[in-house]
Amino acid sequence: MRRGAIVRLVTIGLLAGLAAAAVAIFIPWLPAQQSREAGRIDFVFWFVVTICIAVFAIVAAVIVYSVVKFRAPPDDDSDGPPIHGHTGIEITWTAVPAALVTAIAIVSAVALAENGKLKANRLKVDVTAQQFAWHFKYPQYGGFSSDELRLEAGRQVELRLRALDVIHSFWVPEFRQKQDAVPGIETTLPITPTKPGTHTLMCAELCGLGHATMRAPVIVMRKGAFERWARSQQSRSGSAAGASG
Amino acid sequence: MTELAEHTTQHAPPAPPRTGFKRLLGPGWLRAAWMTPLFFGIGFGIVVGLRALAGWDPVLDWLIIVTVGALTAAPLGFLAGIGAFDYWTRYALGRPTQPEDHSSHGARSWSDYFRVNTDHKVIGIQYVVTTIFFFLAGGLMAMIFRAELAKPGMQFLDNQEYNGLISVHASLMIFLFVIPAFAGLANFVIPLMIGAPDMAFPRLNALSYWLLPIAGIMMLSSIAVPGGAFGAGWTGYAPLSVVGTDGNVWFNMGVQWAGASSIMTALNFLVTIITMRAPGMTFWRMPLLVWANFTTSLLVVIATPFIAGSQFFVMFDRLMHTHFFDFHNGGYVLGYQHVFWFYSHPAVYIMMLPGFGIASEVISVMSRKPIFGYRLMALSLIAILILGFSVWAHHMFVSGMAPWLRVPMMITTLMIAVPTGIKVFSWLATTWEGRLNLVTPMLFALGFVSMFVIGGLSGIMLGAVPIDIHTSDTYFVVAHIHYVLLGGSLFTIFAGIYYWFPKMTGRMYNERLGKLHFWLTFIGFNATFFPMHIIGVQGMPRRVSDYSPQFGTWNMVISLASFFLGASFIVFVYNMIVSWARGERAPANPWRSMTLEWQVSSPPPIFNFDEIPQIVGGPYEYGVEGARHAVFNGDRELEEVRAP
Repeated sequence: MRRGAIVRLVTIGLLAGLAAAAVAIFIPWLPAQQSREAGRIDFVFWFVVTICIAVFAIVAAVIVYSVVKFRAPPDDDSDGPPIHGHTGIEITWTAVPAALVTAIAIVSAVALAENGKLKANRLKVDVTAQQFAWHFKYPQYGGFSSDELRLEAGRQVELRLRALDVIHSFWVPEFRQKQDAVPGIETTLPITPTKPGTHTLMCAELCGLGHATMRAPVIVMRKGAFERWARSQQSRSGSAAGASG
Repeated sequence: MTELAEHTTQHAPPAPPRTGFKRLLGPGWLRAAWMTPLFFGIGFGIVVGLRALAGWDPVLDWLIIVTVGALTAAPLGFLAGIGAFDYWTRYALGRPTQPEDHSSHGARSWSDYFRVNTDHKVIGIQYVVTTIFFFLAGGLMAMIFRAELAKPGMQFLDNQEYNGLISVHASLMIFLFVIPAFAGLANFVIPLMIGAPDMAFPRLNALSYWLLPIAGIMMLSSIAVPGGAFGAGWTGYAPLSVVGTDGNVWFNMGVQWAGASSIMTALNFLVTIITMRAPGMTFWRMPLLVWANFTTSLLVVIATPFIAGSQFFVMFDRLMHTHFFDFHNGGYVLGYQHVFWFYSHPAVYIMMLPGFGIASEVISVMSRKPIFGYRLMALSLIAILILGFSVWAHHMFVSGMAPWLRVPMMITTLMIAVPTGIKVFSWLATTWEGRLNLVTPMLFALGFVSMFVIGGLSGIMLGAVPIDIHTSDTYFVVAHIHYVLLGGSLFTIFAGIYYWFPKMTGRMYNERLGKLHFWLTFIGFNATFFPMHIIGVQGMPRRVSDYSPQFGTWNMVISLASFFLGASFIVFVYNMIVSWARGERAPANPWRSMTLEWQVSSPPPIFNFDEIPQIVGGPYEYGVEGARHAVFNGDRELEEVRAP
């Protein structure tokens, strides 16, 4: 290959890569990062996106260059050079992608393992999904139940999900974590909210006619405020239970 | 030559046409018109009779009657009426088989396309036209629900209509368009490419085509079922598909008919490719499209029975009160997903490998260069075939399956990127220093390579478990599957249709309209589906009829672009119809291709080759001085090749 061709090819590749990078940087892709798990997931996301942009830039450069440079003029009936292959190049484009996906697999597996670790002081919440509502129970606080999910900033929560009718899926985009609630089995999902705030829990698995509106508020509170809320709910439900017998 | 002459002497004189009421007894639409209701009646009788005997209440259970009578027996009656079983029935009854007069072989007028025809070229065209009909139907449904989604809030659909439309749209596109469109193109091309007079089992071939409209009409007509169409998505996850509307049964049964069609065709391809290659065509001299259909057919015969099983389980749970997925009675809900994806992930490759084959043909011919790394291209198809069976649970990373499965399935999933990458890089290398003829098939093939790379890269992202946990069941997935199935499969189907149009019809398509179609589709496609990546990652779940107002702007853009994309197919349909009727006569080999189908006239003779070709070299020897892929007996060059 002549030097001029390499320079042009690299230029087109850089332009394509810059364009793709601009799309990645200037469009607000990921929602606000509100959990510790989200940090690790976002790291994997950008790690893979960077590799993807590089691959895309190479492919785009070659296609654009080929189409412009090797386009046959009308009435040109000649054939190209009979190149059947090149062992070295073929080994390279087998080995390099293999190395890249290995790197992606390792980074992903580490992030997955980290995000799955449970802490001893975690909050436990039993989540029940049914068409088309969410219910939350707090077994560490006398088992009171609530229609909104309140969590404590900085303290890991272990969600234990059950479904009463069909499959639903627990998803708060700001937390990144997602887990199906499956009838007949219990699934779990650890989340560590970082900052106080209000989010929306959505059902992410088609569950019937009300699927789009199966939402619930998620409120992350400071430590003290959460404790006060939980204790007051506990005593209220306790007195209600006492009153009922 | 001698074999062919012998064959000719066996032709019986055509049977005299039937007259009077005997016309009702001959194979065709008239007989189908009374046998279809007759078989429905038999199904009705069996259900009502058994229920009355058993004393079950109510005797007239319409859901059961419809399932047995309308969805099982009536289609069999239709097939028997139209004549798909005539030969076998005589054979099975021990009656003398009718001498073959070849009256059901080849098309002499347009009406020959509307009956049971055993000519692979006719069947190929029947397939392609039928699948385009269902493609347009599925596309119109997408226009309707995109109109609903243009603004947040509910506009003019209710939730049942919305869920039904998205489910029927996807099912038609997958089971009635992409899979059979590839089967149709291959039906036309493969026997020609390997130098065979037809498929190995022409009657089976005809039957597998006629199963297809049955499946399509079943899925379409579920919209008219009281309660509404099946609305659990094309994935039909249990238990929602068990407790959902009765329209789900139409899906359960529609999949059986489409699946049976797929399996029969795949068996036919396997036997044809293994046993009917022309002398000299070793496996390493087969064009890559033949390789692609060989691997695809293996995928189909191994995997398709699993989706048939999964749909029967769902239907039995509903109709017979079995407990496969009934968690109140020990059923295992996730079992559905494992069985379903054990088919439906390989199905992704069933929908992609034939496209790889078409791209290899078109890119090599239109670059005027040998395909780069032919053997590695074939081997990577085999690698995808094998790895394709070990990745199904990557659809289930958040499903609650055994957690240990996630990392192994992620590794196999990411590994598939390696053979796929080899193919993409080899196509690029094939264009390098070539003489690129940028005609419509080449535009679609290059469009495919560029769009499929985007779909492949988003596939790698989804393959990484942590990213998948966030993006699973969001519009990011919708964007990914459309880049793979539209940018991948649809673009290669169009490349194939334009590439073989001269061979199929004997006429050239309009090149300017073809290019216009490509650019409109290319732009409309990207404008529709690229923004879906963004809203998916930002937090919009898929399969929702309503969404948070923050996604309103992007959804309006997507809807408008989707109408533009939809309109672009008007150019395609117009071009096809007008060119087929009035296009310029096509020469035998307008693309100066080396493969066998271009060495015969356009359209090919009724038994493809007047003399059996002798294969003497590889299929892509462009630019090699004096290279030939095939020579014919009459060829003087044969002597030269044989002489030292």
